[in-house]
Amino acid sequence: MKKILSITAFTVILSMAGCKKDSEFLDVPPIQVLPNEVAFSDPALVLSILGDLYNRQLDFSSLDNGWRSFADFSESFPSENGSDFIVTRTGWGYGEWATWDYTYIRELNLFIERDSASTALTDADKKRFMAEARFLRANYYFEMVKRMGGVPLITSSMTYDPGKGDVTSIQVPRAKESEVYDFIISESEAIKDLLPKDPNQKSRASKGAALAMEARAALYAASIAKYGNNTPQVSLPGGEVSIPVGKATGYYTTALKAAQEIITGGAGGYELYKALPDLSDNFAALFLDKSSANLESIFIEDFRIGGRTHAFTTNDQPYSISDEGADAGRLNPSLNLAQSFEKLDNTFAPFAITDGSGNPIYYTNQQEIFAGRDARLAGTILLPNGLFKGKRVDIWAGYIVPGGGILTSDEASKLKPLPGTTTDVQVVGKDGPVNGLEFRTQSGFYARKYLDPTVGSGRRGRGSDIAFIRYRYAEVLLNAAEAAFELGQLPVAASYMNQVRARAGLTIPLTAAQITFDRIVHERRVELAFEGHTLFDMKRWRIAHIVWDGSPTTLTDLKTNLGVANARSTQPWGLWPYKIYDPASPNNGKWIFREVLPTRVSGSNRFQFGNYYSFISDAIRAANPKIVRQPNQ
Amino acid sequence: MKVKFQYIVLLAFCAIVISCEKDNYDAPSSKLSGRLVYQGQPIGGLERDQVPFELYQFGFGKVGPIGASFTQEATFSAVLFDGNYKLIIPNGQGPFVWKKTGAGAPDTIPITLAGSQQLDLEVTPYYLIKGPQITGAGGKVSATFGLQKVITGTGAQDIENANLYINKTQFVSESSVDRVAKTTIAGTAITDVSNISLQVTVPTLQPTQNYVFARVGIKIKNVEDRLYSPVVKVTF
Repeated sequence: MKKILSITAFTVILSMAGCKKDSEFLDVPPIQVLPNEVAFSDPALVLSILGDLYNRQLDFSSLDNGWRSFADFSESFPSENGSDFIVTRTGWGYGEWATWDYTYIRELNLFIERDSASTALTDADKKRFMAEARFLRANYYFEMVKRMGGVPLITSSMTYDPGKGDVTSIQVPRAKESEVYDFIISESEAIKDLLPKDPNQKSRASKGAALAMEARAALYAASIAKYGNNTPQVSLPGGEVSIPVGKATGYYTTALKAAQEIITGGAGGYELYKALPDLSDNFAALFLDKSSANLESIFIEDFRIGGRTHAFTTNDQPYSISDEGADAGRLNPSLNLAQSFEKLDNTFAPFAITDGSGNPIYYTNQQEIFAGRDARLAGTILLPNGLFKGKRVDIWAGYIVPGGGILTSDEASKLKPLPGTTTDVQVVGKDGPVNGLEFRTQSGFYARKYLDPTVGSGRRGRGSDIAFIRYRYAEVLLNAAEAAFELGQLPVAASYMNQVRARAGLTIPLTAAQITFDRIVHERRVELAFEGHTLFDMKRWRIAHIVWDGSPTTLTDLKTNLGVANARSTQPWGLWPYKIYDPASPNNGKWIFREVLPTRVSGSNRFQFGNYYSFISDAIRAANPKIVRQPNQ
Repeated sequence: MKVKFQYIVLLAFCAIVISCEKDNYDAPSSKLSGRLVYQGQPIGGLERDQVPFELYQFGFGKVGPIGASFTQEATFSAVLFDGNYKLIIPNGQGPFVWKKTGAGAPDTIPITLAGSQQLDLEVTPYYLIKGPQITGAGGKVSATFGLQKVITGTGAQDIENANLYINKTQFVSESSVDRVAKTTIAGTAITDVSNISLQVTVPTLQPTQNYVFARVGIKIKNVEDRLYSPVVKVTF
């Protein structure tokens, strides 16, 4: 009896407890997924969603994108055996540099739609988030149009209705190349006043960033219109690739106007970075300084120790000063780039290694040969005997012994006796150069731009937190100068260009008559080296197929036509220092230099017409037959 | 236990026997090959792997090309399954003109493949290299040849330059890895297109060999791919 009672009681309790409504019991709010209304109710949550969208921006060269993204186009030599394809190949595949991330576009569109549908956010927050997402969307469309030409312009999220079974409504054809640029320009104009007008707002979009993007985009469109005329093959009848020449003036005017709005302080007080007395150190510090003293950087990709870091310094630090043993020395700027930094009298000259009658010039120290040049040379490139982290890099290729022979070894630790002596001594620099010896320089130079002098920055575990500058004031000035030059406003162009040049120690101003297309091209090459501009600049000027024409770069090619826009540069050369050993001679202990083509360089860059716009893959075109294929592929 | 083991062996054996044959296709065996010709005559030569053609087969879902390139002798080949194919040469490829549709898309050649087939593709080259004579003597290689302009009137293009290339191996072209030396004459410097002479000095070869492979090639203005003569082996 007692048993029955207890069983009954237990059953009653159980059934009462189990008698919850189904909906009450089953509808548990998820704890890993936030519904849209919740996510878009709190500014901090929205910012974290936006943070992910910021992180997914695409850059050509970027510090967390691998050192190799800086290494191509004969501006440097890749000193890593696994990467020598860069200098052994004879050109690029048509698929190179392609991007087609419509997932990213869709998520940006969804963000914009959800942000505007949100009721819980304040109006000011909503507007700013919306403007930032529109900035990122325009920036990605800019990145796409640079690489692919006109792409489908999708500005709202699309939904596929499986019930209908018809995908044609969401198959969008490619827009005209000019329409994509127009979109970027109109978006920038629309959002610029919704973004903060604050030069210290660097890693989030600001008014300055929107205007800088507008100026650059309009300039690209203008030059494609103007110089695309020289390559009629690179065009499509529907205008998906190429812009009619008649639009050039309009775009140049837009570019100049947007750039001038920044220059005249319309976006806050941006100015060139002039913090240090030594102009080379100042130029290098521009890329290292993230404080509010740096009013030059406009929009950056930021990093933080303990959070997101990158391995640029680990990969590219000098071998002898490495924090990480043999992990070093990959990016070696080429002689092609180094010698294009002009002399202080505004003239071009290769480094003087021989005198008029062909005899070698003897220098008392290694840096003498580089003296009297543009301060950006030593700011961008770590020269032989250059200073990094308080130490000198040890770059020399060997001894020249009496009789003219070369005494060297295949590694610095392999010692050899000098002629007439028996003591073993070091006969080659700890940082190279030795042909084919990876992680030491093989061109005679190391990269200095972005190289982090902080203690421990070269360690794999710690990494470096140097920011990558996407837009900076000097480029805005150069954009303005180029637009003004193309519009025939030469004095205006000269004044902008001279500001950039004066900061680099070139104090003799260029006159209006001296501003030429070659000057514009050259100034961008030296000011913006390793900042991801080379390919896109060469493409928009339509000189890529001339500069990278597939023929090997001979020594004569190298040493002539300096400062000429379409001079051939298909192979990275090096400049190797040698020490003289000849106790009987007054030149004992002095230095001579020789131009050397590293033996690994067996290919030469050939840029074909089909490379001007990257291949749209077969899968994309099969999924959407409205996509027309690129020309010359 | 012993019995069970036998079952396992038997089962595995059956599985192996059954899985054979039934779900495997034979490898494709029909060979489609041919040359690029103008009026039935080979056009000469091309740079290897630079002029592509595309074969399409419809009826299997998404359509993508079976892509390949012409050889440096301007021939092509593909091993395929029997069936219906369409062949195109994409726009802007080759030192010749491929027929186009009214809309500007490359015209297709329908191919019905049943067993191996020889198929010559008729194209209209801008120029033809006539009677190339390449000889070697005294450390030099000399060539004489003529040029015949095929496309005249609209679409005609001038010669940008003519070249004599030599290489250590049988691959010879403008590509920097396919030549050890070349001489160039600019199109404007050519006085008689029916009789062009070029001479190139053979550089020091490592390891030494007493022969080189040579051919002449021309660059036509506004056309990216060059037209070459057949490769010849020359002893110097």
